[in-house]
Amino acid sequence: MTGKIHSIESFGTVDGPGIRMVIFFQGCPMRCLYCHNPDTWNPNGGREVTVDEILKEYETNKAFYRNGGLTATGGEPLIQIDFLTELFREAHGRGIHTCLDTSGITFRRDSKELMEKFDRLTRYTDLVMLDIKHIDPEAHRALTGQPNDPALNFARYLGERGTPLWIRHVVVPGITDDPQALKRLGAFIGALPTLKALDVLPYHSMGAAKYDALGLDYPLKGLQDMPKEEAKVLRSYILEGIRSVRNQKE
Amino acid sequence: MSHQLEAQWHGFHPGAWIREVDVRDFILKNYTPYEGDEEFLAGPTDATKALWDQVMELSKQEREAGGVLDMDTRIISTITSHGPGYLNKDSEKIVGFQTDKPFKRSLQPYGGIRMAQKACKDNGYEVDPEIVDFFATHRKTHNAGVFDAYTPEMRAARSNHIITGLPDAYGRGRIIGDYRRVALYGVDKLIQDKEAQKDSTRTIMYSDVIREREELSEQIRALQDLKKLGQIYGLDISKPAANVQEAIQWLYFGYLAAVKEQNGAAMSLGRTSTFLDIYAHRDLENGTFTEEQIQEFVDHFIMKLRLVKFARTPEYNSLFSGDPTWVTESIAGVGIDGRHMVTKMSYRYLHTLDNLGTAPEPNLTVLWSTKLPQTFKRYCAKMSIKSSSIQYENDDLMRVTHGDDYAIACCVSSMRVGKEMQFFGARANLAKCLLYAINGGVDEISKKQVGPKFRPITSEYLDYDEVMERYYDMMKWLARLYVNTLNVIHYMHDKYCYEKIQMALHDKYVKRYFATGIAGLSVVADSLSAIKYAKVKAIRDENGVVVDYEVEGDFPKYGNNDDRVDEIARDIVHTFMQMIRGNHTYRGGVPTMSILTITSNVVYGKNTGSTPDGRVQGQPFAPGANPMHGRDSHGAISSLASVAKLPFKDAQDGISNTFSIIPGALGKDDLIISGDLSIDLESGCDCGPDMSCGIPNLMEGIDDNEAGN
Repeated sequence: MTGKIHSIESFGTVDGPGIRMVIFFQGCPMRCLYCHNPDTWNPNGGREVTVDEILKEYETNKAFYRNGGLTATGGEPLIQIDFLTELFREAHGRGIHTCLDTSGITFRRDSKELMEKFDRLTRYTDLVMLDIKHIDPEAHRALTGQPNDPALNFARYLGERGTPLWIRHVVVPGITDDPQALKRLGAFIGALPTLKALDVLPYHSMGAAKYDALGLDYPLKGLQDMPKEEAKVLRSYILEGIRSVRNQKE
Repeated sequence: MSHQLEAQWHGFHPGAWIREVDVRDFILKNYTPYEGDEEFLAGPTDATKALWDQVMELSKQEREAGGVLDMDTRIISTITSHGPGYLNKDSEKIVGFQTDKPFKRSLQPYGGIRMAQKACKDNGYEVDPEIVDFFATHRKTHNAGVFDAYTPEMRAARSNHIITGLPDAYGRGRIIGDYRRVALYGVDKLIQDKEAQKDSTRTIMYSDVIREREELSEQIRALQDLKKLGQIYGLDISKPAANVQEAIQWLYFGYLAAVKEQNGAAMSLGRTSTFLDIYAHRDLENGTFTEEQIQEFVDHFIMKLRLVKFARTPEYNSLFSGDPTWVTESIAGVGIDGRHMVTKMSYRYLHTLDNLGTAPEPNLTVLWSTKLPQTFKRYCAKMSIKSSSIQYENDDLMRVTHGDDYAIACCVSSMRVGKEMQFFGARANLAKCLLYAINGGVDEISKKQVGPKFRPITSEYLDYDEVMERYYDMMKWLARLYVNTLNVIHYMHDKYCYEKIQMALHDKYVKRYFATGIAGLSVVADSLSAIKYAKVKAIRDENGVVVDYEVEGDFPKYGNNDDRVDEIARDIVHTFMQMIRGNHTYRGGVPTMSILTITSNVVYGKNTGSTPDGRVQGQPFAPGANPMHGRDSHGAISSLASVAKLPFKDAQDGISNTFSIIPGALGKDDLIISGDLSIDLESGCDCGPDMSCGIPNLMEGIDDNEAGN
């Protein structure tokens, strides 16, 4: 079985625990304004690889990944769920820690066939890093061109499945920095039983050059990077939300 | 050596080390591995702070003066040439400078008088004309000897930069005296030992026996001078050191004597911390000194090592990008008996980066093993993040060859302390050699016939098999010429610039590594890959010399874990090393090779024409065994994987891969990367102020942790 990938980073240190081999899947239905990998959008681009090819490269470098593992990101890995599952099944079987970095966009409960696929995928997934772009449905649509209930439902589903979950959230000046929304986000994720970590990423404009190279307009042109200090303050709103629901429980 | 138990050894476990000079035996019988963390460490004393302020002020003055504050132009540096020098006699716990005051560079003409003159002149000083005259007419130098023996071919190879950086006009360095012997035995016992060695030489006077007897006499004289050096500072070092302060001081005198006598390209210290910890441990138990006092001795010792200075020319400094002394100290590692060799002293050495601030010298090198205790690994990672001043080398790899009492000379050259030494051998430019193969020995820049007049390649497009055949012939020529050039150099260095005190702190029978090196490996690998997998067109000048190349199509590039090209790199290393091994080496030297230009790759690139990989004339080579800049597209680990395929047995003197990385690219939290490179997914790592939420604090970065310290 082959899949389409954009590239492989052999020394990934920011996409999951430890040093990881990071597979950038090709193709994504989301159009997040701040996306820094627009070169992974086109599902017809990229190059074909087999599970064996990826894992062979992993094995040659595995000494480095002893406390890390394999991360699938993109692009959106879930649009190639069959290939992704095959990759994770084989990797998991070899004792490799598997991590899925996703927006959850393809998740739907109304298709039995699809749910079987998700059940199968999560069986071989050690960690999901779910990127919730915005807690507010309308703001989410404005930011990404898509609704946010797939992501939220996917988060709940992972709780049911017992799959460890990290939540990632990019804080963008003027777009995802509203304290009330961040508290609501916190309240939502605080209720998730398998939540293990929160990863707040300050917006940066380093992807802008790629838009130029692709001949695309950068939608956030002129927007300043989010200062790290400010991101920390924003993070505390999410933590406040988390605490509000966790304290209730106690 | 007499077998009597010295009073200074009271409390030490006896062993073979009492009957013969055997520092390793002493260490293994007496050291105490330390499993704990850094909590015990003491901060700088007021005296330390005041002294360091003084050093910083002098450093400032030195920078303002253009890089050199003072130079000796009249007194030739020897072990006993200068009176005592101090920063502040009353507060220095470890004493001794190379001249009569700090920051004054000594005059060392034995490597070559012209180099010494130039070093002075370029810095605005003039060597006393009488000294110049003396060395020009009455006392030959190493440099003069070498040029008496060089062949025209050697000179041409040198001036056309196919062999470069040769230690033919300066001190070769790379020899580590076992300075610990001075502390453990005292100088008298070492003299006794050397006298016995001299008495037991063979009796028929072949030239090697004569040389041996002469050298042993020189060594004994150097040891007598070493005692005098102690006396100059009011200390009697004829007997063993009685406590840790004396042990550090005795050891430092040994090292100081070496840097007073030799301006070597690398003057490394050895592996001293665990040895010294034995004294510190005893003193703490006996209440002789407190932890604060011991740390102060260490701080003052390291301060002295930071102030080792040599008179050097701007060209020398530009070759090495700075003014390096390579005072390398090897820390930790694992013993053959399976115990790790981390002691409290390992921590105290690294702690000087806190107490005195960061510095490139001494080059603190951790001999890294998977078996080092986690607490120490974490501390190393923390100090690395803080200071960027720690070097790591693979003990698990080197221990196999060198055992557990080796040290690093310069940046990566490993040798058993006091038992092995190295003849330092600079580098052959393999990229230029490839161009010679294509051009039939004609230098692509000077257009001179430098190599043998082999048939040049005349086709428009380069054919892989044809190029490889010519390249092998040319490499064979280069290997022979290179080794022979080095034979001349080391013969003359032994004759005119012998490292008396350093060799006095070695065994009688020393294993000599005959170090060679190569530059331009990734250029060669990519060039050959381009010829094999793409089409390479040769562009010739009016005389038919290929001066440029056009590459049509893509080709596998070294640094992406791609066997097609990585195999080429591996083969070149192995083949050239075999060719080196096929030559006679001076004094039974055991050939080794290194692939480790760390800064001089820029100079090599400047002197090499365009190459078939698309690199243009003058463009720097990649450092060491690195992939060429920008050609590795799969991230650091694939790049490392390519380098890791190079055979260590054929490049035992070291393979370097320089790579820098911004802290943010190493993870979001230094707790993730310090030590075990993992966070506990179940319990989460340190939450800091948000402990109550039970959520790992991924965003807290390196800055926060520093602020917390």
